[in-house]
Amino acid sequence: MTNENLNSPGYEIPAEMSNLVAITTLDRLYNWGRRSSVWPLMFGLACCAIEMIVAQTARYDLARFGMEVMRPTPRQSDLMIVSGTVTKKMIPAIVRLYNQMPEPKYVVAMGACASGGGPFKEGYNVVAGVDKFLPVDIYIPGCPPTPQALIAGLIKLQQKIDKESIRTVRWYRKGPDSVNIPIPILGPDLIDPRRNAELRQISSGIETDKV
Amino acid sequence: MAATPLQTQTVDLAARFPSAVSVDARNGYTGWLVEKDKLLEIARSIKEELGYDLLTSVTGVDYLPEEKMEVVYHAYKTTGGPGLIFKVQVPRQDPIEIPSVTPLWPGVDFQEREIWDLLGIKFTGHPDLRRILLWEGFAGHPLRKDWKEGFYEEDAKPFKSRWPEGNYVSSEEKNPYKDNLSFPKNFDPEKWIPEGEAALYGALARYTETDEQGIKSDRIVVNMGPQHPSTHGVFRAVVTVEGETILSLKPVVGYLHRNHEKIGERNTFLLNMPYTDRLDYFNSMSNNFGYALAVEKLMNIPVAERADYIRIIMAELSRVQNHLVLVGMLLNDLGAMYTPALYIFEERELILDIFEAVSGSRMMCNYFRFGGVARDIPEDVLQKIKDLVFKRLPAKTDEMDRFLSENEVLVSRLKGIPVIDGPSAVQYSITGPVLRAAGIPYDIRRADPYGIYDRFEFDVAMRTHGDLMDNYLIRLDEIRQSIRILEQAVSKIPSGPINSQKPQYQVRVPAGEAYGRIEAPKGELGYYVISNGKPNPWRYHVRAPSFINITGLEKMCVGKKIADFIAILGVLDIVLGELDR
Repeated sequence: MTNENLNSPGYEIPAEMSNLVAITTLDRLYNWGRRSSVWPLMFGLACCAIEMIVAQTARYDLARFGMEVMRPTPRQSDLMIVSGTVTKKMIPAIVRLYNQMPEPKYVVAMGACASGGGPFKEGYNVVAGVDKFLPVDIYIPGCPPTPQALIAGLIKLQQKIDKESIRTVRWYRKGPDSVNIPIPILGPDLIDPRRNAELRQISSGIETDKV
Repeated sequence: MAATPLQTQTVDLAARFPSAVSVDARNGYTGWLVEKDKLLEIARSIKEELGYDLLTSVTGVDYLPEEKMEVVYHAYKTTGGPGLIFKVQVPRQDPIEIPSVTPLWPGVDFQEREIWDLLGIKFTGHPDLRRILLWEGFAGHPLRKDWKEGFYEEDAKPFKSRWPEGNYVSSEEKNPYKDNLSFPKNFDPEKWIPEGEAALYGALARYTETDEQGIKSDRIVVNMGPQHPSTHGVFRAVVTVEGETILSLKPVVGYLHRNHEKIGERNTFLLNMPYTDRLDYFNSMSNNFGYALAVEKLMNIPVAERADYIRIIMAELSRVQNHLVLVGMLLNDLGAMYTPALYIFEERELILDIFEAVSGSRMMCNYFRFGGVARDIPEDVLQKIKDLVFKRLPAKTDEMDRFLSENEVLVSRLKGIPVIDGPSAVQYSITGPVLRAAGIPYDIRRADPYGIYDRFEFDVAMRTHGDLMDNYLIRLDEIRQSIRILEQAVSKIPSGPINSQKPQYQVRVPAGEAYGRIEAPKGELGYYVISNGKPNPWRYHVRAPSFINITGLEKMCVGKKIADFIAILGVLDIVLGELDR
């Protein structure tokens, strides 16, 4: 971001100091730092992960946007790119990884599968979109999205970060924990602990027993 | 069209075992029906007396209308030639039990576990029969024909609610849980006690030792994955280590099990083609090839001459980029972070450009059709391929060889560390470069040629030590041989139609079974397809090389350092899309 963008409008800065001083709001400064160093989690699920790797190589060069530092540990990363089909067997691990990421944290659903199940939606082991569990910031269409599409999505994420304010973001709010997500349990089918009462009620009302 | 090798019966098993074996006389089927009680005895004779030492594929079929379950075995000789199919049929009443053939072919271990998991056939005598792709506690066996998933709508596509009007229905609206879920009646999630992974940890070898002072010391169990930078996706290995030495190792898979086969059995034959792209997502062209071969065998149709050449060009280009990526990723895993991989992805991009030019997509090409291919290669793209094949790729392979193969760090990490020896590799049904690096020159392109591979001059790459270094070097050899095939193919490609059939949405597939197999970059990729004359396959099974090659992983890793495990996994070249399907 250039100084003109960082400066809040309405303040006159002498020309000789324009490269040294900026007058701005805390939000803008905070967002400026954050959006320029989004570190993604080195986390590949399926086919889309390959395009995610390709996005970092010479032809597409994700480093131009300050996002080339892939961290293999969730403790050091800000962004989870859910790159591939989310399965019921994998979702407990994905939620656990998300819980382990320090705030502020963002989720990008890359590709059709992560966004809504994609071609595998009807599969018995497939979660129809990672947004059933995690709050998704950006959805990127494609199967798989090309590296260009991924980069376009990440630029959108930067624009979203630019509009944030620390007064309103989810993780600094008082009240019940809205950041950590209860870890799903592998039962006869996938159990979402947030829906326990609802599941019990529906399963007592269904007519046919499962084969 | 000449009879394909699979349709040729070479030995008369029924004459050898008149009381226990009969010919599979169903229309369109081949092979032998074996009595369940005599299975082990006959299998031993097939392996030891008849010489079918490589049991490549084992799969189950649910014949619901006939109230039968069947297990199908495909055995081949490593010296080449046609295969032998034998089957066991049992009544479809629980418990369904069949003797395990693991004592003869340990390579069927995971395949039998998969059949238990998905079809509920118990294998008596199996050493470690746990669920493999799903988790312990999952309700039911999903590949049974009477098992319905949460988003079940109809048995066959296209669904009547959408076709031909093109109506839109959200699957969530039809399910009582408004999600892809189905629970037993009166299920209480709060009272559910997950089975956990006690069975998995119990399967590891246990060690507790007491030293001379009477101090007990336990070994450490380490979980690697499913989120680990060097497991190439969501692979997980549970390892018992003493210091850095591996004492026991169990692969845990299924984190990317996306129900390829169940979805495939609902799709029409052609609808499956784009799904095969997503098996081994580095090599969608090869995946298409195998599936097209299997269905063409069933339909008994020829392939257009020009399409045959295009297929070979695409399959070999895909092999080149697969092996390039393997080398790059292997070096990544060994610690040479990014630099070699960055150079290699540059070459891969050039090959992907060609895929994009002919098929419209970089990775998921969906390019093959039954009887040919979807689109022709334009003249300028052919010229691009020629430039790559004659100039750029050979030079870059030599460059890679020059910079990497004698690198001191690489040599000290790879040389002399055995992966697996030849006889054990055959026992464990390992195919592909790993088998050839162990000194067994088994390449389906030569051993049981498909397509028009018999017209090309090339050598089957082989190395003899079976160590990590050979596994790395054989990839370079194979790239060079592929370039050799490509040079001949692009020079000789004839003009003409690209499909022997009319382009059609729905193909007529006569009833019967077929097993189409190709030498995919990772090993033998086989498709076992059963048609009952309807528009969608009755059974659609993928024999995935990645899945079967890791059966021997524990054998390869025990006694080695944990860092070697990373390298072994690197040269095994697994892709999770194909491993978990």
